[in-house]
Amino acid sequence: MDISTTKDTPLPSTPPPPAAEEKRAARGATRPGDRIFLGLSRGSGIFLLAIMAAIAVFLSYRAVLAIGKDEGNFFTTFEWNPTGNPPVFGIAVLAFGTIVSSIIAMAIAVPVAVGIALFITHYAPRKLGGPIAYVVDLLAAVPSIVYGLWGALVLVPQLDGLYGWLNDYLGWTGIFEWQGGAPRSMLTVGILLAIMILPIITNVSREVFRQVPQMHEEAALALGATRWEVIRMAVLPFGRSGVISASMLGLGRALGETMAVAMVLSSSFEINLSLLDPGGGTFAQNIASKFSEATEMGRDALIASGLVLFVITLLVNGAARLIIARRKEFSGANA
Amino acid sequence: MSNATLSDKRPSTLRAASLPKWFSWAVAAASVALGLGISAALGLESSIQWALIAGVLFVAGTFGIAARVEGKRQAKDRVATSVVWVAFLLAVVPLASLVWETVSRGVKVLDTYFLTHSMGVVADTEPGGGIYHAILGTLEQVGLATLISVPIGVLTAIYLVEYGRGKLAKAVTFFVDVMTGVPSIVAGLFILSTWILILDMGPSGFAGAMALTILMLPVVVRSTEEMLKLVPNELREASLALGVPKWRTILKVVLPTAIGGITTGVMLAVARIAGETAPVLLLVWGSNFINTNPFSDPQASLPMYIYLQYANSGGSGAAYDRAWAAALTLIAFIMILNLAARGIARWKAPKTGR
Repeated sequence: MDISTTKDTPLPSTPPPPAAEEKRAARGATRPGDRIFLGLSRGSGIFLLAIMAAIAVFLSYRAVLAIGKDEGNFFTTFEWNPTGNPPVFGIAVLAFGTIVSSIIAMAIAVPVAVGIALFITHYAPRKLGGPIAYVVDLLAAVPSIVYGLWGALVLVPQLDGLYGWLNDYLGWTGIFEWQGGAPRSMLTVGILLAIMILPIITNVSREVFRQVPQMHEEAALALGATRWEVIRMAVLPFGRSGVISASMLGLGRALGETMAVAMVLSSSFEINLSLLDPGGGTFAQNIASKFSEATEMGRDALIASGLVLFVITLLVNGAARLIIARRKEFSGANA
Repeated sequence: MSNATLSDKRPSTLRAASLPKWFSWAVAAASVALGLGISAALGLESSIQWALIAGVLFVAGTFGIAARVEGKRQAKDRVATSVVWVAFLLAVVPLASLVWETVSRGVKVLDTYFLTHSMGVVADTEPGGGIYHAILGTLEQVGLATLISVPIGVLTAIYLVEYGRGKLAKAVTFFVDVMTGVPSIVAGLFILSTWILILDMGPSGFAGAMALTILMLPVVVRSTEEMLKLVPNELREASLALGVPKWRTILKVVLPTAIGGITTGVMLAVARIAGETAPVLLLVWGSNFINTNPFSDPQASLPMYIYLQYANSGGSGAAYDRAWAAALTLIAFIMILNLAARGIARWKAPKTGR
């Protein structure tokens, strides 16, 4: 086999210069085995691109079918009744809920995650840092359905006290007004999402903080900086873009989270300015909860809302990747 | 530092005045006591109230005392240290609670009966029944997804590392990254729009497996790519210099060297998709009966089982118990995969060329 294949292209007597070899590799060799193998692997890459394209095309196709029949404005209608006569549905409530819950989640998760990452890399006793990082790694693998179950059965009953307190002291703002219903509201969703995305943000931030050049830190220490000053002047500036992209990855997860939100939120199709009162919904949650009783028209409408979600997560993730790509030193985003 | 030394009353010592090690603990204890005292005196009931007062007292106390004795910069450092510790402890509480509740509530009904029986003759609100059908469904769906995505994913990674230069490779790299972020429900909707709505197929385990494939592919590609990059170039060159064709070099030299890492990546990817619920909800629907055929009719899966037990329970304790036990089984499955994957990674780590 070897002999027969090597006969086809006699090896050059001297090793080719690297540039020439690269060219040859890129063109694919002339041996049939090589050609088949290159075809297979290139085909797989193209297949992957085709899937991404197909997702966009087919979702758009069904979405256009649905939006064509929509009597309301798809972007501004506060209603979801795709089976009505005439069908009326819009994503205003979903967009609002998705953005609000993600903002809450990010506001809680990012500072805490950066804190944990700093704790692991700079504050924890050496012997503790490794195991903690390991456990956080494992926690990132806990499926969202388990977070949902925990959120619905353990977290929600715990939140009465917090809600009462927020209502007592901050109720006057209107945002923290509470009518006393079960705390299955946007704030609860935000808190749960924050807990869910903590591990991923922590992991990526930790990796970046660990890559801070030792020299920078030692130089700062040698100048008499305290530990906090080292972090503020050497670690955080170095890790900023890494933390930003980590947060965007977390945001991408929070935007697309389905089951946990569906299990915790008591949804309704209205925009509720108070974060403590039940109501509202998110793109993903709405799809999961409305799917089982949806007719074909209903499914198309849900697909239309899914397309919007797809585009949003695409933009967020693309931005995160571009930030990462700009920094070549940083790798390991897919922990 | 120099300021602190100059203002110090004892210029002969080179060290600035510093507070004893127990200082932070003492301030913490004092502020908790004060917080409790103040809220008791004012008749405040909420535990958030005294915790908040204690927190403010702690920060103010630490900063004030440390600023007087050690200087402002040291005081800031102390406050930052306690903030970082608090961030850590704050995160430990919910995550520890999650693990603890799942284990303690899950072991209640988890036994061999639970693992070997389905929900076929048990109403959702009654005690009894088990997760056999769900385990079966999860294994079949995840197995199918792995069968599809591993060859495609590994080949794509080989293309990117061994052949890929130019625009196509760049596009693939970028879209693999973007694909990692596709929400699972969108993957589900895609298969729904093609397989079920356009091709008019019914729900089946295979439909779910296709959606899981979309979620698994980028993870496999990414981890395989990383591993192939670790294979030292000298190995490839040695093989090519012996006249071995490139494709055989990849199959016989590169892949075997990286196989440990690739296995790890695949296992982590399996662990990731085993817990996906949304695509299963849209495409497999879930079921209470044993369905061994993944190519037709609804099938159960572990995450879907948890959701159904939660949603259809009508608040019954028996259903919640089953949901927790299934959650514990699922977490155990995923954790074992994770630990095994890491074990393999450590055991078969490719020797990086030096």
